[in-house]
Amino acid sequence: MKPRTLYDKIWDDHIVKQREDGTALIYIDRQLLHEVTSPQAFEGLELAGRTPWRLDANLATPDHNVPTENQDAGVAGIVDPISRIQVETLDANCDKFGIVEFKMGDVRQGIVHVIGPEQGATLPGMTIVCGDSHTATHGAFATIAHGIGTSEVEHVLATQCLIQRKMKNMRVEVNGDLPFGVTAKDIILAIIGEIGTAGGTGYAIEFTGTTIEALSMEGRMTVCNMAIEGGARCGLVGVDDTTINYLKDRPYGPTSERWDQAVSQWRELKSDEGAFFDHIVILNAADIKPQVTWGTSPEMVVAVDAKIPNPAEETDPVKREGMERAYEYMDYEQGLAISDIKLDRVFIGSCTNSRIEDLRAAAEVAKGNQVASSIKQAMVVPGSGLVKQQAEKEGLDQIFTAAGFQWREPGCSMCLAMNADKLGNGEHCASTSNRNFEGRQGQGGRTHLVSPAMAAAAAIVGHFVDVRDFVSKTSV
Amino acid sequence: MDQFTSHKALVAPLDRANVDTDQIIPKQFLKSIKRSGFGPNLFDEWRYLDEGQPGQDCSGRPLNEAFILNAARYQGAQILLARQNFGCGSSREHAPWALLDFGFRCVIASSYADIFYNNCFKNGIVPVILEDKIVNQLFEETFANEGYQLHVDLESQTVVTPKGESFGFEIDAFRKHCLLNGLDEISLTLADAELIRAYETKRKQTSPWLFDVIK
Ligand code: SF4
Repeated sequence: MKPRTLYDKIWDDHIVKQREDGTALIYIDRQLLHEVTSPQAFEGLELAGRTPWRLDANLATPDHNVPTENQDAGVAGIVDPISRIQVETLDANCDKFGIVEFKMGDVRQGIVHVIGPEQGATLPGMTIVCGDSHTATHGAFATIAHGIGTSEVEHVLATQCLIQRKMKNMRVEVNGDLPFGVTAKDIILAIIGEIGTAGGTGYAIEFTGTTIEALSMEGRMTVCNMAIEGGARCGLVGVDDTTINYLKDRPYGPTSERWDQAVSQWRELKSDEGAFFDHIVILNAADIKPQVTWGTSPEMVVAVDAKIPNPAEETDPVKREGMERAYEYMDYEQGLAISDIKLDRVFIGSCTNSRIEDLRAAAEVAKGNQVASSIKQAMVVPGSGLVKQQAEKEGLDQIFTAAGFQWREPGCSMCLAMNADKLGNGEHCASTSNRNFEGRQGQGGRTHLVSPAMAAAAAIVGHFVDVRDFVSKTSV
Repeated sequence: MDQFTSHKALVAPLDRANVDTDQIIPKQFLKSIKRSGFGPNLFDEWRYLDEGQPGQDCSGRPLNEAFILNAARYQGAQILLARQNFGCGSSREHAPWALLDFGFRCVIASSYADIFYNNCFKNGIVPVILEDKIVNQLFEETFANEGYQLHVDLESQTVVTPKGESFGFEIDAFRKHCLLNGLDEISLTLADAELIRAYETKRKQTSPWLFDVIK
């Protein structure tokens, strides 16, 4: 047999019907649902008099609209009536159709992309979809996982399938030991800086190389999560011991003999030697420094010790215009260094960086320090109730609150500001989330994407600092 | 879904690359549980000077006169001319819903983000891809000629200018078929229900844990 990529293998395993025009009917193993992109799908299903094809393939939780304070009050505690209706609608739909939902107040509730892996609902070799572009996250477990629109959510509910066209294969290889203070977030930001936000359009990106192999599952999820910011609907990483160790004893994963059977199949889930990739990008870990985005697109990214690039020096006219617009939106003066940007708020959370490892990294920097008085708010939002529980067991909440950070309850929060957590007009925020688009974190808000350690260090100093200097100085 | 066969309509030029779905329809409007009513909030942060709230009557809001869609000459446009990587970012189908609700039936750009591109077809919007060079030409002609219209014909896969210049575009045969006939993809897929069941039976044998019940 011709050598195949990891993506090819999973794709081949899910073809229900191949059409002559190149599209195929693809079976979907798992659908994750949240309150924002599902109501119209359930409504469509009902209007057409259809029922879900397979209830047990679905898992739901509210995350985008949930408040990050006083969650004990449940849905009734959501102050914004429109947000409340959306969460109530999800609850009602899941109850009516019989879909498992981790409701507000359930310790398992959290951001969809955090809870799937945490529960073992994300398993290698699966096809996974969700009405959310950061479904790419689950690719860290050697799955084809990507975001879909609401019509497709309805299509999957009704048929357990999607009509798809196969994507091309891209391999992004990162090799070498990660320098001190450089994290998975910096790797993916550096990759996006390299390929651009449309660089991965039409591709499934497999991340390989010794640096990726050395990452924990949390780190790999961070990398795959932002594949979409590089234009790729999905990112993947092959199965190894790290994957299998993570999955052991997860609530929804296989057990006993089934576990052994599963593991032997999962071991095959990596690209064959000599498999064809349409495009290959290679990076050296040693060249990657802590990254900070300066503009309004994730590709507008530089190393922390750099100056904000001058649009006049950009030769591509379309890029230059985008940079000029970003300059205006961010209200920069010429020649400003990243460390000169004055910060107002700090957000540590989102499906990119709200797992236990992220919180540990931030806490390590925060420990024994104080949030700068110029920072109006520094908040830490765990990705799920279980992450929160674990962090509290380790005393991370104490470290954060002692340092002046707010310790919140799980949800998407200020990643997209659909709940009460948002930036004011003109405010700059160091954020561990994934999008720095205009208005993303609140109208007029200015987002800078960074790693959790960089965000924590910025909170303490009041502006961006190289976390490598910061840690070495404060630990003396 | 509304069918799309042939459309001759006024063109509105949105001269920016990488327009993301957060701009097409900002997040606060995603709180709606309906598919319609997003039109007044299409490009909300660019169109208005104040901050829009869901459920608000937009008729009295201060308009950003500098924003192209507010210009008198582009009122009633049904074709949106855009730049590369249009619709990047969030997967929200609210973006094509908003375009449709506003009146757009077609977008022309040199490239799109994958998910947005896909979402257009589900809603009877044709996302036409033309080369950068041609898109540039169409921008120039749109700016230069008030009342500039293009004729988008799906059957022949062409965009025809007022001067009669014709540009061909590619489109999946299956998607074209669905658009031309206004077909519901779900019923098409359900026609293959037997195949889906057969697939499930096979998979249950080889990888039974995939069918373990979520509870
Ligand atoms: S945390 Fe942000 S990016 Fe992730 S699912 Fe929530 S809103 Fe989307």
